[in-house]
Amino acid sequence: MDFNDTPEEAKFRKEAFEWLKANAPLKEGPKDGWRAASEEDGLKEVKVWQKKLHEAGWACMHWPKAFGGRESTPIERVIWGQEVSKFKVPGGYLEIGQGMAGPVMMMYATEEQKERYLPPLATGEEIWCQLFSEPAAGSDVAGIKTKAELDGDTWTINGQKVWTSGAHFSDYGILVTRSDPSAPKHKGLTFFFVDMKSPGIEVKPIKQISGGANFNEVYFTDVKIPDSQRLGAIGDGWKVSLTTLMNERLAVGDASGPDFEEAFSLARGQDLNGKLAIENDAVREKLADWYCQQSGLKYAKYRNISALSRGETPGPQSSITKIVSGNKLQEVANFGLDILDSAGIIRTDEAGAEQSMYQYGFYGAAGIRIAGGTDEILKNIISEQVLGMPQDMRADKGIPFNEIPSGNK
Amino acid sequence: MNFEFSADQMQLKDIARKFLEKEESVKRARTVLEGEESFDKDLWSQVTEMGFTATAIPEEYGGLGLGYLELCVIAEELGRSLAPTPFSSSVYLATEAILQGNDDSVKEAFLPGLASGDKIGAFAHSESNTSPTETNISCSYKDGNLSGTKIAVVDGDIADFYVVSAKNGSSVGLYLVEGSSSGIEVNQQPTLDPSRSHASVSFDNTPCSELKSDWSDVLNLLDRAAVLFAFEQLGGAEACMDMAKEYAMGRYAFGRSIASFQAIKHKLADMYIAVELARSNCYYGAWALSTDAPELPTAAATCRVSASQAYHECSKENIQTHGGMGFTWEFDCHLYYRRCRQLAANIGSQSIWKDKLISSLERANQI
Repeated sequence: MDFNDTPEEAKFRKEAFEWLKANAPLKEGPKDGWRAASEEDGLKEVKVWQKKLHEAGWACMHWPKAFGGRESTPIERVIWGQEVSKFKVPGGYLEIGQGMAGPVMMMYATEEQKERYLPPLATGEEIWCQLFSEPAAGSDVAGIKTKAELDGDTWTINGQKVWTSGAHFSDYGILVTRSDPSAPKHKGLTFFFVDMKSPGIEVKPIKQISGGANFNEVYFTDVKIPDSQRLGAIGDGWKVSLTTLMNERLAVGDASGPDFEEAFSLARGQDLNGKLAIENDAVREKLADWYCQQSGLKYAKYRNISALSRGETPGPQSSITKIVSGNKLQEVANFGLDILDSAGIIRTDEAGAEQSMYQYGFYGAAGIRIAGGTDEILKNIISEQVLGMPQDMRADKGIPFNEIPSGNK
Repeated sequence: MNFEFSADQMQLKDIARKFLEKEESVKRARTVLEGEESFDKDLWSQVTEMGFTATAIPEEYGGLGLGYLELCVIAEELGRSLAPTPFSSSVYLATEAILQGNDDSVKEAFLPGLASGDKIGAFAHSESNTSPTETNISCSYKDGNLSGTKIAVVDGDIADFYVVSAKNGSSVGLYLVEGSSSGIEVNQQPTLDPSRSHASVSFDNTPCSELKSDWSDVLNLLDRAAVLFAFEQLGGAEACMDMAKEYAMGRYAFGRSIASFQAIKHKLADMYIAVELARSNCYYGAWALSTDAPELPTAAATCRVSASQAYHECSKENIQTHGGMGFTWEFDCHLYYRRCRQLAANIGSQSIWKDKLISSLERANQI
């Protein structure tokens, strides 16, 4: 048992590090990182960086070389991720396209479409979004209502999507629709990709509890999509969706925000009732709990990496990451604000202010516990797919979709 | 990265598991619980024949000279099967105390017997209803003799010798007492888990020899043992999770398997989360123990806390999943619920280990 690389892994790590060192600044501390002045600036910087990655062969590493990838092994991707995390490099914007749209295009698009759409995803020239959730279909995502009607070889789309990250700056989107409302829920769906500049698409930002707007509502009014942009057979949209949902669950990692280290360092410097907070036994117990959770996740990840390093499929232990880290973040953030006593309530956006980090965590955690699969859905997945327990009894099984009650009544 | 047990170690684990299943170790735990015997002598002799007690003892002292990773996988299986033997006292504590000592003649005198299982050792540490500390231990050493009373000494009634924490002037160290020495009084104590015997042991000017002279040696012994105890707790926790799942799958209510209710599924998912966190932390502990890493105090406390939490979660919710049947004497749920408490108490409480964890992080500042 050790934490060492194999000789091949060490060689790859060195190559990755040296390229990064020649092309990006090292982080000055664990919490140092790239930050853009605005969303627009960020997008520009990400595109420049992605182009550089692509030219040097570090883009979409597991993709076929023909589409701009590197045909890397899973362990090489992990090592690259570890090395990248040491540098201040632009990130975000591209994950949905490269992580979810790319794989689904690779599986279902024509050769011609793959040649047209995959390379610009790898170079970062084109941005994609995912149009799945709807106001009445969140956890029950197969319950979507956005209508698709075929006339000749053109589909007409009407309806509304929600929680679409990056819809306002995306070039294309992957879209799941209901093509047959008289079929049972999972049967009547059809999957497309769509040009986000198509007439009839309207994008409206959603104001979140934090005041920010990372997501959108996307309205479709008589939007035309050629049948050639259908992915998978008519009525097979659920099967196609699962490809991307599996990829989404793999992509969702640790909740970012204040963690044990921040809470520990806060407690060591902060007065609480006349002595340092770290000397308070209740504080120590909480810190110990968070340390154990953080450490458990860290070493679960190491177990995964070890499996990858041996060329094996990792065990299901990573399915716990988001539940544990999301809940931990919520507790740590609440602790941080509580320890600051009444001052914790005073809103500040000042970078580096102690409150600011915990206040972002306070808001962010509430969203993380929902995004990409709620705690409850993830527990269903663990119990069904990991432990092999039966699915819930469904009240909507076998019933035509248009007879199923849904949404808020 | 190779943060996994090797194929050989996994095979050893499998052998241990199958052996303990074949020997119906859980059933034997019930027999000890209900009977007069302090432990299962037949199972103990088989465990020793398998060489489990000799695992981490060097070959020069009659051991197998394997490592702590091997001992960890065995511990997990002993925990899973509730093995009613003095393994933890004799191997994780008494053997370790002697191995960590500096006296070769003591090693030569004791280790071969511990390896073969002919000798059983016990660790006598607690004295009252508070955690033993460097300042509150009253058992004392003077001029080669030991005096004082220890309580809740696990396997204290069957031990051939004791490793005892006692003060010598201003310091607290570890002392070795032969069970046959003069001035020892042993009284069995009833406990919440009668499948493991406990006793109070009093010493009155009892001859002894010094193993280690410093409180830090006591803490180091506890850290080393904590990793092995954590593996037992992990095995027990996982057994409870498996039991709860199996029962839920076969139990029908409201016209359906209760395993199809989210209330039960989410309970099981919570158990799985606790077990996976504990397992990953236990691996960290195993790595630190087997490599003598400076992180051992942190790793030991982390896996001890995490595995104690997992066992607590799983053993109580296993009873809950079973409903009324889980509360009966007849079902095995209570055997795990008891053992969970016994292992949690054995080398100090959850609060103490949490405090140790934060203290070790403060010391090392290794964050």
